[in-house]
Order: sequence, then structure tokens, then C-alpha cells
Amino acid sequence: MSFQWKWEFTWAILPRLMWATVNTLLASGIGYAIAMVLGLVFALLLRTGWKPLTLPLREAIEFIRSTPLVLQIFFVFYVGPQFGVRLSPWVSGMIAIGLHYSCYLSEVYRAGIEAVPRGQWEAARALNMSTRDTYMRIVIPQALPPSIAGMGNYLVGIFKDTPMLSVIGVAELMQTANAIGSETYRFLEPYTLVGVIFLLLSLPTAAFMRQFEAWVRRKLGM
Amino acid sequence: MSIWDFLLQFGGRLTSGTLYTVAQFLLASVVAIVFALLSGLGKLSRNRAIRWASIIYIEIFRGTSLLVQLYWIYFVLPLFGLTLPKFVAGFLSVGLNIGSYGAELVRGAIQSVPRGQWEAAYALSMSPAKRMIRVILPQAFVIMLPPWGNLLIELLKGTALVALISVTDLMFEAKQINGSTFLSVQAFGSALVIYYILARFLITPFMRWCERAMARKLSRT
Repeated sequence: MSFQWKWEFTWAILPRLMWATVNTLLASGIGYAIAMVLGLVFALLLRTGWKPLTLPLREAIEFIRSTPLVLQIFFVFYVGPQFGVRLSPWVSGMIAIGLHYSCYLSEVYRAGIEAVPRGQWEAARALNMSTRDTYMRIVIPQALPPSIAGMGNYLVGIFKDTPMLSVIGVAELMQTANAIGSETYRFLEPYTLVGVIFLLLSLPTAAFMRQFEAWVRRKLGM
Repeated sequence: MSIWDFLLQFGGRLTSGTLYTVAQFLLASVVAIVFALLSGLGKLSRNRAIRWASIIYIEIFRGTSLLVQLYWIYFVLPLFGLTLPKFVAGFLSVGLNIGSYGAELVRGAIQSVPRGQWEAAYALSMSPAKRMIRVILPQAFVIMLPPWGNLLIELLKGTALVALISVTDLMFEAKQINGSTFLSVQAFGSALVIYYILARFLITPFMRWCERAMARKLSRT
């Protein structure tokens, strides 16, 4: 009977899935780092208020946010070769995921910065602070705590979107489970284990982010 | 090949793919809304079994990837004797996944209806069901409509994954066209633009219209 859970088989494939988990975490980490930096760049560019720049950028962000990530992954991976540029699955996957999530994070940053009351900006100005000091010492410390919840959501989100990298052959969890399935014709254990691994990692991360937010709020005396 | 020649040649396939995507979107939306309402209300229920069933559903579907759920439902469920056609497996998994996110919106919206409204309904000795349907839910709808707009765009994006179990949706057609012509920019580019049009010029305006209609309706009564 094919639906019987086989424990020996489970133990046999577990090490392979564990290694794939490392790849999944690596992909989430790199993707998130790209998204955090690029998102900040977008958010700051949007704050310049220079219309010829902000209007196209806003529309581009909207475009990337409302189209499927899996299609963007394909796009980045296949468009290069058409123009003679070959990108490895890892590189194109990281570009696609990083870019996709940077658009979400730029919104999180923007909302955080806009939530800082006007009076704070005016007070910084009245104290003759430089723009740099205003951002570093007044605005960002206050914009941070409300942003953490959103940033945490997208960290978990990026982690849960990495299986899409399997479509271009990045050897993360999903791809490994597919490979195991097609080698052994057993799909029950690999797919179920992948689900369990995702649950075991994403639930604690979400809980940890809530704790972290409370901790940052306390640290900043809010 | 210019983009016009490309559209002339493959327009039909892209259109049929778009129709599949729209069908998947509509059916998955129904599944998502039903499950979001049931489990969102269930999480607030006093009955422990209902509450736990809702929590387990929400955590499992929010805690794992849509792709994992899709493969599980399509490849593993048949081992338990439940074989779903790929079309059904597709919209069902997308709907179940988005429904678990929607459940939190439903719960949050219900809890943010002011206490006075609950007390007033209680004072008028309305039954719990009547209180929910006539007083609380209509107001909760207005609160949760804007985030539902975002969620439905996530749902549209989620339907692209059903191409991976060979439902012939827009994503699938784009992949096929790319495979046979290697015109990646045109194939994936036009699919991206179609998804964008669906999200930006159909779903978003429709949700805005719903928000206005709901606000009007509530202010009149």
C-alpha cells in the first residue's frame, strides 16, 4: 500500500532534506538582505519627491508587487540568455526574490517614516540638526519599532516563497523533495517532511519576531 | 520578432491562459472567503473544538508554503484515496492558503467593532447569531475590505503556481511559448503585463467600488 508511512525511508531521506534546509535558509537570508538594502534605497528615493523619478518608481514598485513572483523568477532566469548573459539559478533567483521583496519592504519603511509625527521633524529642524542627524537620531529610531512587525512578516514570507526557486532548479527543500519523489516514486514522506520543516521553522520565527518587537520598544523607551 | 507579430501569433493561447487564470482566481476567491469567514469566526468561538480546529487550519496553511500545499494536495492526497483533478486541486489549494490569511483579517475586524455595538445588540436581546449577522459582521466588512483588496492580489499571484501542476493558465502558456520559441522577453513579459492589468485595472478598482458601496450602504441605514 502506497499510503503507508515508512519510517526507515523517512530516516533515510532526512539528512538530505536537512542539507536542503540549509540551502533554503541561505536563500532566504541572502534574498532578505538584498530586499532590506534595496527597499531602503527605494524608500529614500521616493522621499526625494522629485516627480520624474518618483512617478515611474512608484509604478514600477506597483508592477512588481502585483505580478507573480514565480513568473518574475522565470523572467530573470530566461531573459539573460536571450541577450547573451547567462545567470546561474542561484543568482537569478536571488535577484528576483530580492527585488520582489524590496518593493514590499520599501512600503514598510515608508509607512514607518511617515508615522513619525511632523513635530519631530520640526523640532529637529529647530535644533538646527543636519538631514543626516535628523534621520539617524530622530526619525529612524522612532520609525523602527512600528516597522518591525511588517519586516518580520516579510522575513517569514520570503522564507515561504523560496520553494518557488525550485522551478529554475535551485536545490532547496522543494526541489530536493521533488528529486527524492521522482527517484523513489514515494511522495508522501518527502512532501510531508517539507511541510513539517516549514512549520517548525516559520512558527517560532513569527513568535520570535513578536518578542523582538517588544524588546526593541522597551530598549528605545517607548 | 516584433511584439505585434508575437501577439498576433500567440494571442489566442495567451487569451485562453488568461481565461483559465481568471477562472482559477474566481473559484479560489470563493474558497478563500468561505474558509476565512468560517475559521475567523471559529477562532472566536466559545466551543473549544471549533476554536482549535480553526487555529490548526490557520497555522498549518500560514506556516507552510503555498507550493508545498499545492503539491501535497495534488500528489499526496491521491495516496489516501482522494484524487482531485488538477484544476480543482489548483484553486482549492490557493483558496485554502489565502483563506488562512483572510481568517486573521476577519478575526481582527470583528474584534475591532466597538464594544458598544456588542452591548447594544445584547441590550436589545438579539440572539448571538442575529447580533453577528445584523450588527457585527456588516461593520466588520467595512473594516476589513481594504486589506482584502491586497489579499486578493496575493491570491491572483498565487494562482500562477497552479501552472506547476499543469493547469493551462496564463503562466503555463507563457512557459510553453517560451519553451518552443525561446522568446523569453515577449512570452514572460506579456504574461507579466496581463497579470498587472488584471490586478491593477480590474481587482483594485472593483475593491474600491465595493468599499464605496459598503460605506454608502452603512451610512444610509
